[in-house]
Amino acid sequence: MSDRDRERLFTSSPAPVVASFEELEAEPIIRREGSLYADAWRQLRRRPMFIISGVLIVILAVMAIWPGLFTRADPRACNLADSLLRPSSEHWFGTDVQGCDYYARTIWGARVSITIGVLVTACSTLIAVLLGSMAGYYGGWVDTVIARLTDIWFAIPTILGGIVILRSVFSTRGLLQVSLVLIVLGWPTMLRLVRSAVMATKEMDYVDAARALGVRNFRIIRRHILPNAVAPVIVYATITVGVIISAEAALSFLGVGLQLPAISWGLMISVAQNRILTAPHLLLFPGAFLSVTVFSFILMGDALRDALDPRLR
Amino acid sequence: MATTLSRDAVAGRPVDPAAPLLVVEDLHVEFRIEAGTVRAVNGLSYTLRRGETVAILGESGSGKSVSAQAVMGIIDSPPGFVTGGSVRFRGVELLDLSEADRRRVRGDRIAMIFQDALTALNPVFPVGWQIAEMFRMHRGVPRKEAREKAIELMERVKIPSARTRAGSYPHEFSGGMRQRVMIAMALSLDPEILIADEPTTALDVTVQAQIMALLAELQQQTGMGLILITHDLGVVAEVADQVVVMYAGREVEKGPSLPVYHRPAHPYTLGLMDSLPRRDVHTERLRPIKGSPPDLLAIPPGCPFRPRCPYARDICAAEEPPLAAVTSEHVSACHFWEEVSRERAGA
Repeated sequence: MSDRDRERLFTSSPAPVVASFEELEAEPIIRREGSLYADAWRQLRRRPMFIISGVLIVILAVMAIWPGLFTRADPRACNLADSLLRPSSEHWFGTDVQGCDYYARTIWGARVSITIGVLVTACSTLIAVLLGSMAGYYGGWVDTVIARLTDIWFAIPTILGGIVILRSVFSTRGLLQVSLVLIVLGWPTMLRLVRSAVMATKEMDYVDAARALGVRNFRIIRRHILPNAVAPVIVYATITVGVIISAEAALSFLGVGLQLPAISWGLMISVAQNRILTAPHLLLFPGAFLSVTVFSFILMGDALRDALDPRLR
Repeated sequence: MATTLSRDAVAGRPVDPAAPLLVVEDLHVEFRIEAGTVRAVNGLSYTLRRGETVAILGESGSGKSVSAQAVMGIIDSPPGFVTGGSVRFRGVELLDLSEADRRRVRGDRIAMIFQDALTALNPVFPVGWQIAEMFRMHRGVPRKEAREKAIELMERVKIPSARTRAGSYPHEFSGGMRQRVMIAMALSLDPEILIADEPTTALDVTVQAQIMALLAELQQQTGMGLILITHDLGVVAEVADQVVVMYAGREVEKGPSLPVYHRPAHPYTLGLMDSLPRRDVHTERLRPIKGSPPDLLAIPPGCPFRPRCPYARDICAAEEPPLAAVTSEHVSACHFWEEVSRERAGA
């Protein structure tokens, strides 16, 4: 380009011909107010829902990791002479049939519930992200195979399927067996969510731009699709922790989950069902802890959804 | 910006030193959708030489963006297919390359920038990081060095206080600055060709001029070829060496930009001129082209522009006009090009 040409370039603006015949079609440019996560965090810090559920989850997590901080009593040191005591200053939550300190058992019960909730959610999320992003990104036959298998799997009801698998496949039922069954039955919903989020993100211009700049498919998924599709997954995963904890309790209550001598809220409620009228505290305390835990995670999920979904702002 | 990689081969194939930078010949692209087959590009040819600018001009749906995507090899397939023609980059046929080899050409040898840089940048990463990613991905440059190179590039595209701005997110930039970031990313690997798909459409007029000036300056520095896809005649007249006017997937007029601009030989090009306000001619009102482009699923036989053309006669419905030579370099797909080009003869 010669100097004269350049001069023409600079001096002729505004250009003799400036309007464009597509002006009427131009869509308004949507402005984002801030980066998604920075905005979400700013909003969350001020929300009571988030603060309450956050504090509760932190307390429960500490309880699960270091139960000794909350109770000195050994949950397995029981004295039959103290069977079925009512709550007192010595035994805050009373004692159970075996005469074990019920407060200590309730505290220790958090460990199993939280472990199963987090473990199952983490594993199903991992499966869902791997398969779901492949299905959503590649489409075609990959999507057909994965999505149809998921649909078939999705049709199995969690509790019913859990009962069948736990009763027929495993001879002992510990934390790992119960977790495995819940993972196996839990991933389809999450996968459908990941798949649809990936499909929506795939249509964004920056994905095309990345392809135009020679980025590999795997890197596009990792750098461009997942970071932008992850918000609904975080929300759903948080809620899932609560749902899985109650599913474990349900299985244990039905007698196909954890077995004694494991300490779990579901198991405690299961044992308590025969004495609801004579010793209501046996149901009340683990029931209350279970409810509060599930409630905290669901509340947290809701708070995250409000903050991360721009349409709700 | 020196790169140690050999520039004399494309995906292991030696380049032809005598060949122009890019030759597109009789390119055909179609989309097979449920409703039928859309012939989005129907026989497009042009030649881009080093340091030159080819403008592809047309309205929405004329096939101009699709033709660029075909050159880049980023058409979603299915439903899109390149069904014919040839795209030779320095003599190497790109359409014959494997997907992995084409990917290596993208970004490295041929880069692309998009209309709306807000949506074309990943919202969750800082812009400096995104530019640095290009070096890390294609060249394996270590993180810290890549960041320095990214800042250098941001300075090169004239983003003020580049060092501090490198940590900002795309939404924290104005439209013009975002387009500069996009240009920096595209130029990071020193491509030989830059395809700019409506780079200024989403910008204010003053910013448009700045971006076009920046592109012209960078082109002068690097000698890269520029393919400018636009619907803005003003931009074309200012920067393009060659113009291809597309209508309904066909090229209707082609030639050096000044003759095409000053003496159009196709009624569509003439209509585009008349539908725009001009500084030198005072008119009471603009004269838009009447009607709308044909449905690409059912292009009527004959000349695709016939229903909207003031020059149309019987022959236009029967015969699709071939490309007629107006001069040795200037062609027009109109039966009555001589009559059309007399329109502006006095101007």
